[in-house]
Amino acid sequence: MQLLLFNAFNGLIQGAFYALMALGLALILSLNSVINMAHGGFLVIGAYLAYVFAPYVGFAGAIVLGPLAAAAIGMVVERVLIRPLYKRPDPLYTLLLTFGLALVIEDLTRRIWGATGLPFEVPDVLMSPVSSVLFFITGYRLLVVALVVVVVIALYLLLRRTPLGIRIRAGTLDLETVSALGVDIYMLRALNFGLGCLLAGLSGVLAAGVLGLTPPMGNSLIMPSFVAIIVGGVGSLVGAILGGLLIGLAAGITTTYYPAASEAVIYLIMLVVLVVRPRGLLGQEGLFE
Amino acid sequence: MMRRENALMLAGWIVLALLPLWLPYVGGYTALGTKVLIYGMGVMALNLLLGFAGGLSFGHAAYFGLGAYGAGMTLKYLAPSTPLALLVGTLAGGIAATVFGPLVMRRRGIYFAMITIAIGQLLYFVAVRWNNVTGGEDGLAGFERQPLHFPGWVFDIRNETKYFYVVLACFTVAVILMRMLLASPLGHTWVAIRENRRRAQFLGVRVDLYVWAAFAISATFMALAGALNALLFNFTSPQDLHWILSGDFVIMIVLGGMRNFWGPLLGALIYIFAQDYLSSVTDNWMTFIGLLFVAIVLLFPRGILGLLRRRGRAAA
Repeated sequence: MQLLLFNAFNGLIQGAFYALMALGLALILSLNSVINMAHGGFLVIGAYLAYVFAPYVGFAGAIVLGPLAAAAIGMVVERVLIRPLYKRPDPLYTLLLTFGLALVIEDLTRRIWGATGLPFEVPDVLMSPVSSVLFFITGYRLLVVALVVVVVIALYLLLRRTPLGIRIRAGTLDLETVSALGVDIYMLRALNFGLGCLLAGLSGVLAAGVLGLTPPMGNSLIMPSFVAIIVGGVGSLVGAILGGLLIGLAAGITTTYYPAASEAVIYLIMLVVLVVRPRGLLGQEGLFE
Repeated sequence: MMRRENALMLAGWIVLALLPLWLPYVGGYTALGTKVLIYGMGVMALNLLLGFAGGLSFGHAAYFGLGAYGAGMTLKYLAPSTPLALLVGTLAGGIAATVFGPLVMRRRGIYFAMITIAIGQLLYFVAVRWNNVTGGEDGLAGFERQPLHFPGWVFDIRNETKYFYVVLACFTVAVILMRMLLASPLGHTWVAIRENRRRAQFLGVRVDLYVWAAFAISATFMALAGALNALLFNFTSPQDLHWILSGDFVIMIVLGGMRNFWGPLLGALIYIFAQDYLSSVTDNWMTFIGLLFVAIVLLFPRGILGLLRRRGRAAA
């Protein structure tokens, strides 16, 4: 029972990473119409830069600065490489471009910081177990959960209450009209792309504290995030969160009983959802069909 | 016009048939030529779906890998027969794609791509985790392609050059079949769907069934390519199922020209030689491949044949 609880909680943490990644992917997917294959790359950038900043600005500072740096780099990439592709409606090209970027980022990370993993130092206070009964919960894991919740709420408020958020949401529905109303949609898409990369960078920093830093760390997180979007429903941000938590939990529980299938189960859930409810749990009907 | 194209094709085929003779002089080796033919066949088949029917599959490595594992496991566990191995591998990929087809056939664009990627990952993790059968991360080894037995004649394809001719024969048959498919009403319907899906629907075309057919057929040829590839190296690994390979396939197609029947073959030729060369001169070949992706997308979105064709038109 203790093992099951342990794995379920671990799975939820993992799911929180998936959800953060999936949120960023879904934002970029719906407004920029880009399947960002380099999302794992931005995760790696956020994590490694936080590692670089940490000695100067401390742990808390690194958690903030790493993702911000990832967002800044993301916006540069969007401006230089992706913007010229908006006029080509076929998603093929941005898919290939970001795919190439993912290869470059992974390889450069390996070149700069080495192929072997690096530890991301978390303050000792956070690494000790919180209680003696639930010995598996460290302060760091609680911090991860808390931060994810805070970020999700902040994102919700941003999208609901601020002009930027409202424009982003309107843009996902009808970008042309938003443009006709005088909004600079190039800037809007750049900011949105940066926002997505910010979320990727944040999940990178947080994951680094649990899993350590390795150049391919983004690869193992990006695919489940795709699945989270498909399970939750394309076009639904709440769905992306729900999908991420669900598959994380499922993977965690499967680890208890049949560890070898803990990755495959994620994709099996996706297949079941696709058969039973093709548009995903919270997806809009008719989107991309 | 038609006659000129046929003459070109015949000339090209003769150049291919003599490849083991001339390839060493331009810095290649026979196995590399065999690999180009195998990948060329695979991506030409993928282009039936991608370039002609307009279905953006980013997960075709799954069927390449299924073909490879099907062939390898047949030789290892079932029977020492090359034809049986190729058959089992091809069917494994073809059947899997036929089963998964209904999940993707109604989708378009981004969603189609995401689901095909994710299905590919499922098969990847099965190959990685089902250790005792698939060899896990280390890949499947311990099998060898077997001589072909004809009545009164044994063709020992363990020799690399002889195996090249087996691959060339498969390639030729596959290409003829694909050409026939594209010339048939089925092929014309694919193009109609690509150009205007809704109009095709209004004309009474069961679009999803045609997309399903394109998906299954292209994956079947892709699985044959995977099976041939496993026999070429007498080895296969989960990398043959990975989405990175799916991306490689798509970039080969775009590089050569996706609106052209032969474009993908040209793309495979250039890409495989470039990869072979880069990985022999630098450890950071992945960076260069990645930059190649970026450059192709930004500079040559129509591919080399698309570019040539446009030039030709401008000149005429």
